[in-house]
Amino acid sequence: MGDVFVIAEHRQGELRDVTWEMMTLANEVAPQAGGQVVTVLLGSGLDDFANKLSGVSDKVLCVDDPLLENFSGEKHQKVLSALLDEHKPLITMIPHTAEGVDYAPALAVEKGFPYLTELVALKVEGGKPVAERQYYQGKVNAEFSFKDADSYLFTIREAAFEPMEPSKQGSVEKVDSPLKEDVEYRKFVDYVEAEVGDVDITQSEILVGIGRGIREDKNMPDMEELANAIGADMCGSRAAVDAGWLPHDRQVGTSGKSVKPKLYLALGISGAFQHVAGIKGAKTIVAINKDPNAPIFAEADYAIVDDLFKVVPKLTEKLKEEKGA
Amino acid sequence: MKTFVCIKYVPDTSEAEIKVDETGQAVDSSRFSFDINDADNYAVEESVQIKEKQEGTVTVVSMGPQESDVMIRMALAKGGDNAMRIEDSRINTTDPLCVAKVLAGALKDKEFDLIMTGCMASDDGHMSTGVALAEELGVPHASMVKDVEVVDEKKVKVSRELEGGLMEVVEMELPAVLTIQTGINEPRYAPIRGIRQAQKKELNVLSLDDLGISPDEVGESASQIVLNKLYVPEVVSAAEFIEGEPEEKAEKLASILVKGGHV
Repeated sequence: MGDVFVIAEHRQGELRDVTWEMMTLANEVAPQAGGQVVTVLLGSGLDDFANKLSGVSDKVLCVDDPLLENFSGEKHQKVLSALLDEHKPLITMIPHTAEGVDYAPALAVEKGFPYLTELVALKVEGGKPVAERQYYQGKVNAEFSFKDADSYLFTIREAAFEPMEPSKQGSVEKVDSPLKEDVEYRKFVDYVEAEVGDVDITQSEILVGIGRGIREDKNMPDMEELANAIGADMCGSRAAVDAGWLPHDRQVGTSGKSVKPKLYLALGISGAFQHVAGIKGAKTIVAINKDPNAPIFAEADYAIVDDLFKVVPKLTEKLKEEKGA
Repeated sequence: MKTFVCIKYVPDTSEAEIKVDETGQAVDSSRFSFDINDADNYAVEESVQIKEKQEGTVTVVSMGPQESDVMIRMALAKGGDNAMRIEDSRINTTDPLCVAKVLAGALKDKEFDLIMTGCMASDDGHMSTGVALAEELGVPHASMVKDVEVVDEKKVKVSRELEGGLMEVVEMELPAVLTIQTGINEPRYAPIRGIRQAQKKELNVLSLDDLGISPDEVGESASQIVLNKLYVPEVVSAAEFIEGEPEEKAEKLASILVKGGHV
């Protein structure tokens, strides 16, 4: 009999989507494990969150402590370590996010539990977890089982599960904070919001999205000409922004923006989930990519498997003609 | 500032079609080209920039085959002072916690102010090795770092990149481990002179025995995760695939977009 712990994530006064997504998975897995869904909330001033989460949990454990007001991987680790010792859940789910990856690996080392990251599927069979994750940015899936243990630690991919709607009436239990003092060697200073650029791509009707497949600076004019021909704004994947082809405010995906254009043209974008998570709101998606197995094609309405440098100039020419006609 | 930068030799699979081999446990990597992991490349640049401002040394650390010496020499050409490559077939490289333990074994007796590594490897993507390494060494860490400011020899101020481009600024005591996010800087190209000098720099090749690490701690038996199988997921696409020569495809797509009122 094992409970499933879910470490809820919240930031700047909001519960993050990944929390509700993990609740969906936890509520599937807990009956297989013969246990309860126990949501763990760390922070300061948590009553509202606790009430909301009781609707998707059997129990909410609430560690309300002014020392936890701002996130710190080290403090999360200390608190969770004590809670795991006391409650001994079979499975602990941590979001695979900038916060989650800042404490999950350290917690895994400290506790010595079997540990696997960024799961896209999880079930429990005969008391043992079987998990799936991906390699090569979504191009290969891997199924894992685990050596026998009393407790397992997993991080869960963002946007991989539908968010859960409230359907339960769990209890809320306040827990004394195991933190005795602040962590001095790493201190939160401030949040700095992302810069706002000239174009708000979240409002764009048509977007030309570019990725690593653009390869070099000298290929950018062809892409820009296509965008100009159809009145589109340019945006791109993390790789395109890192390469300096686009400013950061044009980045689409988990570390950038979520967009909802009528038309999204994905050029040389393989479709790693971090990017795809940001284009779920697009009405029509066109993808051009050389790799026939590129995950972006799973999202596309129209697809071309080919060299984009051969297709795009001709496409621009034809669109100019047709629109002019 | 004494810095160690941990880098990984990974296949470039961004445009490659990947096939799982007959064992079902590995992919056929014979046709891949390998190079430094993207985020690690930014970590090398950051470590060299800090050295240029603060003086000190940069030691390049990598775990991998002899072929990866080319990558290590390139990091030395960009400003690394010396390097160690750990190679031992007994290491369980599927498990990031085993990898972290090996790195910790190699670094625990070294004097360091900063250890930097990429926040994510493009092949397995665990985003775990750096933070696990910090825990093994008992030093503070910050992950997903997009800016490093050296305050003084005992303190750095770093910005962690959270979702949506939000930055979390934290102050850290040194020594510490930082996992570096892509885009933090503009990685340089290695200068010709640097490439020549790199050939003469020290590159130590070390086994588990050399490091005094027992295979029982970092090998198959140490790992608690068991890979059952790898498979290429079927891309279930409802898309209309446009066929023909490149020009025909472009024409057909243009017509669909215009007639469908999409543009």
